[in-house]
Amino acid sequence: MLAYALKRTFVAFLILIVVSGLTFSLSHLAGDPALTIGGEQASDEDIAAIRVLYGFDRPLYIQYADWGWKALQGDFGESYHYRQPVASMIGERIGRTMLLGFLAILFALIISIPMGTLAAMRPNSLIDRVALLIAVFGQALPTFWFALMMMIVFGIWWRMLPISGHTDWAHYVMPTIALGYYATPALMRLTRAGMIEVLASDYIRTARAKGLSPTVVLFKHALRNAIIPVVALAAVWFGFMLGGSIVIETIFNLKGLGWLSYDALLRSDLPVVQAIVLIFASFYVVLTLLADLLNAYLDPRISVR
Amino acid sequence: MTDATYLPLRGQQTAEEILEPTPMSKLRKRIFRNYSFLIGAVILILIASIALLAPVFEALGWIHDPYDQDTGRRLLNPFWYDKKVDPEYLLGTDKVGRDYFSRLVYGAQISLLIGVSTMLISGFIGTVLGVTAGYFGGRVDMVVNFIINTRLAMPVFLVAMAAVVAFGASLWVVILVLGLFLWDRFAVVMRSITMQARDLDYVKAARAMGCSTPYIIVREIFPNVIGSLTVVATVEMANAILLEAALSFLGFGVQPPTPNWGLMLNEGREYMLFLPWTVALPGACLFVLVLAINLFGDGLRDVTLERER
Repeated sequence: MLAYALKRTFVAFLILIVVSGLTFSLSHLAGDPALTIGGEQASDEDIAAIRVLYGFDRPLYIQYADWGWKALQGDFGESYHYRQPVASMIGERIGRTMLLGFLAILFALIISIPMGTLAAMRPNSLIDRVALLIAVFGQALPTFWFALMMMIVFGIWWRMLPISGHTDWAHYVMPTIALGYYATPALMRLTRAGMIEVLASDYIRTARAKGLSPTVVLFKHALRNAIIPVVALAAVWFGFMLGGSIVIETIFNLKGLGWLSYDALLRSDLPVVQAIVLIFASFYVVLTLLADLLNAYLDPRISVR
Repeated sequence: MTDATYLPLRGQQTAEEILEPTPMSKLRKRIFRNYSFLIGAVILILIASIALLAPVFEALGWIHDPYDQDTGRRLLNPFWYDKKVDPEYLLGTDKVGRDYFSRLVYGAQISLLIGVSTMLISGFIGTVLGVTAGYFGGRVDMVVNFIINTRLAMPVFLVAMAAVVAFGASLWVVILVLGLFLWDRFAVVMRSITMQARDLDYVKAARAMGCSTPYIIVREIFPNVIGSLTVVATVEMANAILLEAALSFLGFGVQPPTPNWGLMLNEGREYMLFLPWTVALPGACLFVLVLAINLFGDGLRDVTLERER
């Protein structure tokens, strides 16, 4: 188990190095960052001076190593546009994105676990078909369009919810639903499949034969086991959602990391973009690592393979 | 065939086999019982033919030129708003007076083009990686697995936006970027199916007979993966269309004045307060197209892979 955990951690770290290396080279392919910093009025001498000042005259791999070493210590450089440390710009906003992602995954679980369980209790029943229908429709609904339509109906027609900002809880309602529903079909299908398998197993039959009430069998015996892979998948989805937050935060003007990355890309503010890519990737890598380790802990056969 | 009391002569069919429905008629039956497949296929064919025939419709004068501006008729409402219906512009006009309906029709063309080309590029990359990893296993598998995990760790949307900034926003850049990113599911699925197929008896037999590796992969392994390959292809096509629309919506995809659904949503956003149909219509088109592809894909899975589910 320990050897497996160490190996997986090492691979996770390696993945982060490759991902950040790729983004770093991609953003430097985008054109000369010195031109972005200097602006339109800068003379050739200014550009040359900026290049030396920021170290753009060094080979790319040295720049990357330098950036990576500082990033490990929590220093992501300075924003080209706002002239502020990137770390503090991110620190101000990361909480909102985390809150949004957490609420969204919670929303998805609250919808998908009961629906999946109900569907699994009676496969091919009306409830099962309705759940499937919702899953199929939900998967086809473009997130950003759904968000816009909610804004029109709940924000503009009925004036129930604010359509822009992030100051109180009401601002999070629509973004949470818009971001969360997208994970619902996948989680619901997994709950349904897991429950069907568990409900057909021997120990459930034993529990029923002992004369336990159906509710106890369902919640205490079946759901507890079926829910583990769902929670593991939810963790992975949380990583995906951070990426999805870009569109949602931009639409609702909820100034978190997604909004910041959109803003930074509009201004070619590379240090900010690189830092956010690294943060999103780290979240994904750490969450999948935890999910893998959890699975390996619960099922020791995995770590031997 | 369960009752093997006698061995039929080679090439001779038993009575049961003759009376049994042929594989083709079984397949036909499965197709026509599968509503999801049928509905998806019909909508998809309808959208694709309208999109492909758009230039013909335009030549016939049935729809307007999607680029044709007329500031005299800006932001006309669709037919269900006004008492008086203008048959020329049934679905209204946009902010510079371009016909909404013909822009929607041409938008379908672009969405389908992006969906299909992205799916072809990513399908190729994913299949090559997945089949290689699954067939050879060992070190090769480890390397491919690492590549897949690295790709999964990259926030696709953000990196795609960055790539569009780096290489300039155009239709082909979007297709290429998405094609280079959306191969993960292909690789994962192809890898696991190839792994199973590798140990099938006839594959082992082919190897024992000394068939070359490329021959085994193409002739023995590939027919096994083709069913799942098409199912994954539909999923990824839908995915690519949604991602492209989102990119164009934020201004990091297809650029104006191209008729494109994501772009129309972007342009309609400023009028959303008073004219909600400007965002409702292109989004609804996107929804119907993706829904049709998903239904088709779901149905295809049930039709081709009868063992599962």
